[in-house]
Amino acid sequence: MTITATTEVPPAALLRDTPFRRSWRKLAANRAALVGLVIVAFFALVALLAPILPLPDPMATSWSAIRKAPSAAHWLGTDEIGRDILSRLVWGTRASLSAGIVSVLIAVVIGVPIGLVSGYFGGWLDQIVSRMTEAFLAMPFLILAIALAAFLGPSLGNAMIAIGLSAMPVFVRLTRGQVLAVKTEDYVEGARSVGLRHPRILWRYIFPNVLPPIVVQATLTIATAIIAEASLSFLGLGQQPPSPSWGSMLNTAKNFLGQAPWMALSPGAAIFTVVIAFNLLGDGLADALDPRET
Amino acid sequence: MTSEPILSVRDLGVAFPDRGGWKSVVRNVSFDIAPCETVAIVGESGSGKSVTSLALMRLLQEGASRTEGTAIMGGRDLLTIPEREMRDVRGNEIAMIFQEPMTSLNPVFTIGRQISEVLIRHRGMDKAAARAETVRTLEKVRIPNAAARFHAYPHEFSGGMRQRVMIAMALASRPKLLIADEPTTALDVTIQGEILDLIKTLQDEEGMSVLFITHDMGVVAEIADRTLVMFRGEVVEEGPTGTIFQSGKQPYTRALLASVPRLGSMNGEAAPRRFSVVDAASGIAAEGRPLSSAIGPAGSPILSVRNLTTRFPIRSGFFSRQTGAIHAVENVSFDLRAGETLAIVGESGCGKSTTGRSVIRLVEPTAGTIQLDGYDVRALPPADLRRMRLSAQMIFQDPYASLNPRMSVGETVAEPFLAHQLGTKAAARAMTADLLARVGLGAEAMDRYPHEFSGGQRQRIAIARALSLKPKVIVADEAVSALDVSIKVQVCNLLLDLQEEMGLAYLFISHDMAVVERMSHRVAVMYLGEIVEIGPREAIFENPQHAYTRKLMAAVPILDPTRRQMKRLTNTDELKSPYRPIGYQAPKRNYIEVSPGHLVQCD
Repeated sequence: MTITATTEVPPAALLRDTPFRRSWRKLAANRAALVGLVIVAFFALVALLAPILPLPDPMATSWSAIRKAPSAAHWLGTDEIGRDILSRLVWGTRASLSAGIVSVLIAVVIGVPIGLVSGYFGGWLDQIVSRMTEAFLAMPFLILAIALAAFLGPSLGNAMIAIGLSAMPVFVRLTRGQVLAVKTEDYVEGARSVGLRHPRILWRYIFPNVLPPIVVQATLTIATAIIAEASLSFLGLGQQPPSPSWGSMLNTAKNFLGQAPWMALSPGAAIFTVVIAFNLLGDGLADALDPRET
Repeated sequence: MTSEPILSVRDLGVAFPDRGGWKSVVRNVSFDIAPCETVAIVGESGSGKSVTSLALMRLLQEGASRTEGTAIMGGRDLLTIPEREMRDVRGNEIAMIFQEPMTSLNPVFTIGRQISEVLIRHRGMDKAAARAETVRTLEKVRIPNAAARFHAYPHEFSGGMRQRVMIAMALASRPKLLIADEPTTALDVTIQGEILDLIKTLQDEEGMSVLFITHDMGVVAEIADRTLVMFRGEVVEEGPTGTIFQSGKQPYTRALLASVPRLGSMNGEAAPRRFSVVDAASGIAAEGRPLSSAIGPAGSPILSVRNLTTRFPIRSGFFSRQTGAIHAVENVSFDLRAGETLAIVGESGCGKSTTGRSVIRLVEPTAGTIQLDGYDVRALPPADLRRMRLSAQMIFQDPYASLNPRMSVGETVAEPFLAHQLGTKAAARAMTADLLARVGLGAEAMDRYPHEFSGGQRQRIAIARALSLKPKVIVADEAVSALDVSIKVQVCNLLLDLQEEMGLAYLFISHDMAVVERMSHRVAVMYLGEIVEIGPREAIFENPQHAYTRKLMAAVPILDPTRRQMKRLTNTDELKSPYRPIGYQAPKRNYIEVSPGHLVQCD
């Protein structure tokens, strides 16, 4: 083995640590992802602390302060029936963030396993799953969500379920496609050749290797879900008035764009910021979870 | 060759950005190429040979690389002329062919159109003239029935034919210099021989120079007038090919030469023998020891395969009815004894890999019986099949694809042991450390991930994982084919060491005759899914009977520039396909026994 020394150059040794600590270290080193994480954490904190923040009641109307521009009394102005927009924005964070996160969780938790199993085992099961996914995907996302929400009855919880179920087929298809690519890799065949059971192969060999695009898709879908919740609220199928959500605020605001642009500006900016933050975080997460990226 | 060099490279250096600074990958490379001369740049992966050629063609991304030095061609410095002028040089004066003929052609245009485009662009021909010239060029590269294939798409050609098309395209503009970057590496040996012949013949006809980039010393011996040996970005030795081969001065050159397996070096020996190992400092080679372990008794093979047949159905049409089948393995029978190595050789598509996979039921065989360590493999229910896997393991070709990138090396090696509940975690850890040591890696490798290792080291990890179940049979599917020559030799020696220590039986699947000669006790030659010749290694190598076996042997490059082979018959048969329509009855084959255990198929 004398030539080894001269011809094989092992890549530079890395810090040795647990997968979790390594991922965390990589995430922390990624500035963009860190910014995303901080913003998401900030909004989450705001949502949690809404009851104890020194804010006016988000539901309290005031006939003397209708559609007032931002001022010292109302930092972000007031809406068409005199409610404080900052307060509604803070309380709306609860509805919007949970609508985004919970519905995507529903979509991922149902969609990814179906996609994994369908892609891995193939055959008639895969045929059935694929045809059904295509049927779902043929319906516009929002129409489907509206139909489901109407069927389930108007409430924020049902809206989340409806959005989650409507977003699920995308995850089934994405996962299945990734599985088809990964399962032909030698290491998967190698896992079969050492006699591992299918669940273990799916969990240890397929799932981690299909995860990155799913994480990215999930963060993108959080954004879509927040907007979908807004549309459902507008139709009276989501957050029930007078409780605030960013989407319902935006929907009302669009009627007063000319007279009171601040009504649209703050919920719009909030949605935009959260969506960007989730995207940055998702990108960083995909890299951080991959041991190949240093 | 006293005339002006056609290309004169001085002090070429290339650097790539690395952690904020620049990392030099090619340094001080200088050489000349005379008209009609073939210069080979030879080196292992990472030596900078391909980067050198890309730098000359200015195909490296600006900004993402830094090039210095000069490359004078026709009074101009290729490294400094404006990009617009360079575009004319590319294709017009220098043409390039690449390693991968499958991906170098645009799949959505016919080959005729792709070649005529070059003619219209570089030689200003009109459409009709370009068409006629294209057909002429295709004929020149010996594509049968060239006029009819003008309208064919790349996917309708085999790999070798595609490489011919690439060469035709490169020649279309009548370049003065052809840069060939590993043009035969992805091809089968017999086709490799044909392409090398073609390049030589065309060079005579067209009077062009060739810069040939390769890692294969055998190819260099066949084709090059002069040779540059590159090592870690520098030219360590340069000279006429004959001199380099006979009296190479640098230890690295000698090590490289010594590690290239040569056909015929094992004549008269029965047992496999380890490759000689060269001391990198002194360049002195120590001849490898022969395998000393014994083979199990003839009566009770560890693996016995009878009439194995594996077919893959081909479905087409609206209702996906089966219209035929790929007869990947057809009526294959062989025995493998404990401690023995049976090599299965043949070209891509001959069914050798499918045979290996069928034996351990990674693909479902269609018919036949397989007895492996007492198991009737084809009849096993899933639970028993998992237990059978304790007896037989597999090593794959591509060490970059065969390890789960998300699992640490320790987990990878210990996993089979734990999954089969053979012991505690502590026992698994101890075993992993032991196995890693056995394959020449330290225990500190355990917490690292596959991407942190080089190809050869990864293959060692894959071997350690395969050994974790203490198997009796290992199916090694092209296990050393993707490795650099010096690494290849080390891994082969490791496999032989392990065989000696543990009495392993190998089903060694390979297309590399020279490696097979060293590694195996017995050899089976496969062609189109069938075994055409099987027998003891000596018999097959010293007394090949079947025409195909002889063709395979003849195609292996000879490592001696003074014994360049006479121009081989330019045989342009495309490899036949093992596709058969439904209802096809495989013909009954007869075998005659030439000498004890040496069977040849006779039609």
